[in-house]
Amino acid sequence: MKQFLKWAVVLLPILWLIGCGGTPEKKDDTVVVEPKPVVEEKIVEEKIVEAPPEENPLLKELKIYFDFDKSDIKPEFKAIIEAHAQNLAKNSNLSLKIEGHCDERGTTEYNMALGERRAASVSKMLTLMGASASQISTVSFGEERPEKEGHDESAWRWNRRAVFVYSE
Amino acid sequence: MFARSILAVVLSLWAINSSATLKIEITEGAAGAEQVAIVPFGWAGAAKPKEGIASIVSADLHRSGRFNPVAERDMLAKPTDPQQINFKNWRILEIPYLVIGQVQVEPNQNHTIVVRLYDVFRQTELFGKKFKAKNFQLRAVAHQISDAIYEELTGERGAFSTKLAYIKKLPKTAKTDYRYLLFTADADTHNERLVLRSKNPIISPAWSSNSKKLAFVVVRNLGSSIYIYDDEKNESERITQSREKFSAPAWSPDLSKLAVQANRDGGSDIYIIDLKSGKRQRVIEHWSIDAEPIWSPDGGSLIFTSERGGSAQLYQYYFDNKQIRRLTFEGRQNLRASFSPDGKMITFVHLSNDRKYYIAVMDMETLEMRMLTKPSHQETEHESPSFAPNGSMVIYAANYQNQRGVLAAVSVDGGVHQRFSNEMLGGEVHEPAWSSFLD
Repeated sequence: MKQFLKWAVVLLPILWLIGCGGTPEKKDDTVVVEPKPVVEEKIVEEKIVEAPPEENPLLKELKIYFDFDKSDIKPEFKAIIEAHAQNLAKNSNLSLKIEGHCDERGTTEYNMALGERRAASVSKMLTLMGASASQISTVSFGEERPEKEGHDESAWRWNRRAVFVYSE
Repeated sequence: MFARSILAVVLSLWAINSSATLKIEITEGAAGAEQVAIVPFGWAGAAKPKEGIASIVSADLHRSGRFNPVAERDMLAKPTDPQQINFKNWRILEIPYLVIGQVQVEPNQNHTIVVRLYDVFRQTELFGKKFKAKNFQLRAVAHQISDAIYEELTGERGAFSTKLAYIKKLPKTAKTDYRYLLFTADADTHNERLVLRSKNPIISPAWSSNSKKLAFVVVRNLGSSIYIYDDEKNESERITQSREKFSAPAWSPDLSKLAVQANRDGGSDIYIIDLKSGKRQRVIEHWSIDAEPIWSPDGGSLIFTSERGGSAQLYQYYFDNKQIRRLTFEGRQNLRASFSPDGKMITFVHLSNDRKYYIAVMDMETLEMRMLTKPSHQETEHESPSFAPNGSMVIYAANYQNQRGVLAAVSVDGGVHQRFSNEMLGGEVHEPAWSSFLD
């Protein structure tokens, strides 16, 4: 019996190999495909304009900040939004894009949604204060464009923000 | 007055550095990891390459957390042929399994690889296999050998011959005109292939269930749009417009549709895009945030993140009766679910009451939740969990020692933890997505 086992150890694999000669074989005909460029849409970039110098100094404030996971506007930023609302109401040729941003905490896509909600909450207040909805657009960058690098509240507080980008 | 500019996004096969590999450190091992000796294979007809097949197999099995491969220096003998095996040499070290192999190289560079797995104590061969390969296919053969050993010894299919997709983010200081790179790679992060590099953020890579296509998102200054990369054709195609602001793509199991998140009007909603007709249909709608949809493997429901209950929690939407049920109740938030391949579990990000982000899993039958990871002071914020195709592990991205974007993995029983230390890149690795089986 022992003898048989000994032979089996040697013979079985050989028989196995003979039996299924070319078991998992890889194909040799791998074709290397040359890359093709992505067809990109043409993107129109706004010409960024600055507020005329004699205007309300609050118009120089182009950022407001949010609490963690919040999109409601803190009382201290209402005057800034009001200044921009009046500016838009007075100058119907102006357009304002509001970018919504988040800190790095939380998931990537949830932050895309939260950034959009922050921008929308600014947009809503601007229209309530006299700007026309047609002058305003919103975009979210989620957590992808931090203002400050860093992994604690000293950076995060500057990254949870809405940014005003004017164009005409 | 508009300044016109075309944002160039370059697609190429170019990789930063072909030796760009991630080193793996097992940070917490399973008590029952099985010892296995993978003896360096014999080579005939050509010089042995620097990294032999045996060392690739050893690394694979080690990474699974289920095996503890024997170091070459601890081997008392190095048989390459069945006749050379003296089981005593392995029994004495209490090593239960032995793998030997031989590579025969013909002048035309055709390699014939023969590999055998033995049960040392029973002194029997568990399998013998033969592979044929060209030079550049040797790594693939090594992964197939790992799969065969893993399956023979665990009864579970190995996930070594599969792929990852991930995003590398270069630091702001990078002197390149791009900061975001989307890669696919073998499951051991070798063979990196660049899908896209861009100065604009690339996020949310999602493999189709047949692992042939990868959906992802590029975020631009008008909004985000969805692309589909075809891995066989090596081409990417944009399927939505920037102004539509779609993101978070998830494939339907039959590959005919994508579930996406539309970041519009303050509260994002869930849409379904029919890839053939291009038709968009809003399926989940609420004034609060609805985000991060994923398709159940049976196709009958979506799981998504919603703030409709006051805080971000996971919900399930059923297509047949359009009912929505809440899945998570514990912790401050539960976000970004991902299904196990068999649909029996989900893994997701759990924000605990002490404001730390953990990876959790939930049994879809009992809705019982269990933590898989526990952030330490060194390793904080765990994100983007994705199941291995055999359901044995979850890969995720972590912050480690003030570095962001460090790949890590944990076994589904929570027993084995490992970290892939990224030595060569100054960039962070984000949103790892593990493919399904490739056949």
